[in-house]
Amino acid sequence: MSAASPVEVEPTTTPDEITFLAKPWVTIVWNDPVNLMSYVTYVFQKYFGYDKRKAEQLMMEVHEDGKSVVSSGTREEMERDVQAMHEYGLWATMDRAE
Amino acid sequence: MSGFARHRRSGRVIANFTGFEADLLRSLASQLVELLRNEAAAPTDGLDPFEAMMDFSGPTTEPDDPVLARLFPTAYRDDAEAASEFRRYTEGALRDGKARAAATVIDGLEEAGLPAELTEDGLMIDVELDEPTAETWMRSFTDVRLALATRLGVEDGDEDYWHGLPDDDPRAQAHDIYEWVGYLQETLVEALSARR
Repeated sequence: MSAASPVEVEPTTTPDEITFLAKPWVTIVWNDPVNLMSYVTYVFQKYFGYDKRKAEQLMMEVHEDGKSVVSSGTREEMERDVQAMHEYGLWATMDRAE
Repeated sequence: MSGFARHRRSGRVIANFTGFEADLLRSLASQLVELLRNEAAAPTDGLDPFEAMMDFSGPTTEPDDPVLARLFPTAYRDDAEAASEFRRYTEGALRDGKARAAATVIDGLEEAGLPAELTEDGLMIDVELDEPTAETWMRSFTDVRLALATRLGVEDGDEDYWHGLPDDDPRAQAHDIYEWVGYLQETLVEALSARR
């Protein structure tokens, strides 16, 4: 086992770019006329571990704007999230982060 | 009809159905199982014939049936190849999961006393579910509602249309059942969200 030695890094990338590079893909949930608002909120809390406020906010985005980005990460992570949303009967797709 | 509730002391999710209601739920879940098992994995289009023959691991094209197309949506909107790949390795597992969930509902109703053939009047079916099973029921109710809504062509804000249909219109009856399962679903979400 070893410990990384402290390295000075020139701050050439901004935190936003770093976040962007680490999370190049997103999961999008689309509005549908069937799923209940309470159910969609429940799924966001249960699967993503979001608190009620965040889950409700995302649910309202889906409801009012027709879609919402509900998670971001690597391509593999997003494929897992999309599959999980399909398990729950939500209409989800994935795309590159904008 | 009172839907699902959380039993305060045991923490279990409980509901009482008439024999008729339980029989109806079983019939909906059975139809779902049949649909999920019946339409075979779609053949692959556009592949080299040898490749197509050797590739029987999973479907790569959207199911023909609109209900199945809704249950297994295309994951990549602008990348057909990635969408096929995704479908190949997820759709089989998703189908099995949804069929198993529907079978859990059927088994639960039968274990609670629903006979294979409902003949007795005045039969009541009391179900009592632990939390994971209640969540499985909740997911399966979603699949049933998606199936009914797709067959009916339900859209946002069309309640007046459905309620305006004459009572003897079979679509009005199917829509009533759709709303009823929605009501059950709502109480199930509430029961599961309730702090113990």
